Amino acid sequence: MNEHTSKQFDAEMEGIRSGVLAMGGLVETQFRRAVDALRVSGDVDVVTLVASDEQAINQMQMDIDQQCSQIIARRQPAAIDLRMILTVVKIVNELERIGDEIKKIAYKAQQMQRPERLTTVRLHVITRAAGLAEENLQLALDAFARLDVNAAATVVSNDEAIDAAFLAILRQLISYMMEDPRTITPALEIVFIAKSIERIGDHAKNIAEDVVHVVKGKDVRHATAEQIRAELAE
Amino acid sequence: MNLDIFAIRPEVTPQADVAAPTKLAVRHLDFYYGRFHALKDNNLEIAERRVTAFIGPSGCGKSTLLRTLNRMYSLYPGQRAVGEIVFNSRNILEAGVDLNMLRAKIGMVFQKPTPFPMSIYDNIAFGVRLYESLSPREMDERVEWALTKAAMWDEAKNKLKQSGMALSGGQQQRLCIARAVAVKPEVLLLDEPTSALDPISTAKIEELISELKSDYTIAIVTHNMQQAARVSDYTAYMYLGELIEFGATDELFLKPRRKETEDYITGRFG
Repeated sequence: MNEHTSKQFDAEMEGIRSGVLAMGGLVETQFRRAVDALRVSGDVDVVTLVASDEQAINQMQMDIDQQCSQIIARRQPAAIDLRMILTVVKIVNELERIGDEIKKIAYKAQQMQRPERLTTVRLHVITRAAGLAEENLQLALDAFARLDVNAAATVVSNDEAIDAAFLAILRQLISYMMEDPRTITPALEIVFIAKSIERIGDHAKNIAEDVVHVVKGKDVRHATAEQIRAELAE
Repeated sequence: MNLDIFAIRPEVTPQADVAAPTKLAVRHLDFYYGRFHALKDNNLEIAERRVTAFIGPSGCGKSTLLRTLNRMYSLYPGQRAVGEIVFNSRNILEAGVDLNMLRAKIGMVFQKPTPFPMSIYDNIAFGVRLYESLSPREMDERVEWALTKAAMWDEAKNKLKQSGMALSGGQQQRLCIARAVAVKPEVLLLDEPTSALDPISTAKIEELISELKSDYTIAIVTHNMQQAARVSDYTAYMYLGELIEFGATDELFLKPRRKETEDYITGRFG
């Protein structure tokens, strides 16, 4: 994309773009912390760490929204600039919601660090699903950074694997709970974690769909990965 | 309608607006100022009772195109147009077209307000007298009607005998629009009608444009892209005499099809 005649306009657009990437980076770090807390039991105060990340994320959301409002008011952006600004507003919203889900995971992870809760339910399935969601979030943010619609389409199709993993976890937990009612409480905690991971996957997918809107001007929300690829091939 | 002409420039699509038949069809239009080739093979259709805006950097040919639509250029020697502009199933570029009648049907308003040095009343009546012989009562009605159409009646009704030159710039421009409307044209050509006006007068003219389009076909040249986005149904982007992109305003300002258009409307030009 060529530069604007107004260099200041370029700087403002770069400001919101790099703001999203910084915010995305912080969300990824926060996610990693929460998932690590699931894997290793210990006395790390993950909740405090994640909660402070979350405050920083909330502040970034408000700051970037404010910058977007300023650009709209001052510059009356059109076409690619307008689509970019609208998308940035939506993406920071998605990232903030991801932050909320991560906080929930961290709370549950801390509760599960009590040893008796870990005896019955295996955690590797959940960390596997978390890994998928983490990778997909990273890919969605890369797609935004590089305005790469093919990567965005991959994010949408990858989300199906995350949804499938969530259903598999649910089935497995249901069979545990039926076998031994004493597992119900820890199993429900894991259901909540799995649900949060599944939601993070959905938010990553939304980010990817927004990227397609910036680049192609097409609204691909609620479309399947195949439909998106077909649109992109046009 | 011959669709083949659109194959030349795939980004110029024919009207899809069923409710709006074509009022003016520009086909293979070239224009020359002496030896300077100012318009190059322009093809587009201006929809009836819609607003079509022409945008582009200075010297792109948008005003030239507007001036061909009622043959204003014929007033100047050495300027000529080649091609077709079909209006009411006749090519108006042909020899033998009654230019006074044409300009009564296709009226024009210019960048700077150009009231005649006479009363507000006579500014309106002057043009009407050239084409129609109305009784004094009918003329009074016509003047009121034209001023009402131009959203000027309330401001002007008590000073019809005062000079049109004494009005403010915005009022003068609306007087000029009233004068153009008074002869009951079918098409109004507006050449940067608000570039000399303050924001409030500009807003009044823009409001007027959206009201007038229920009766008239309007073509507007503007340097103000936001104005084109606000008032028009269709927008044409021109550059160096070529029509780069023409399409629905809703699409053109959100997702133009040509990169050149996107660069221009987002301020990445040059």
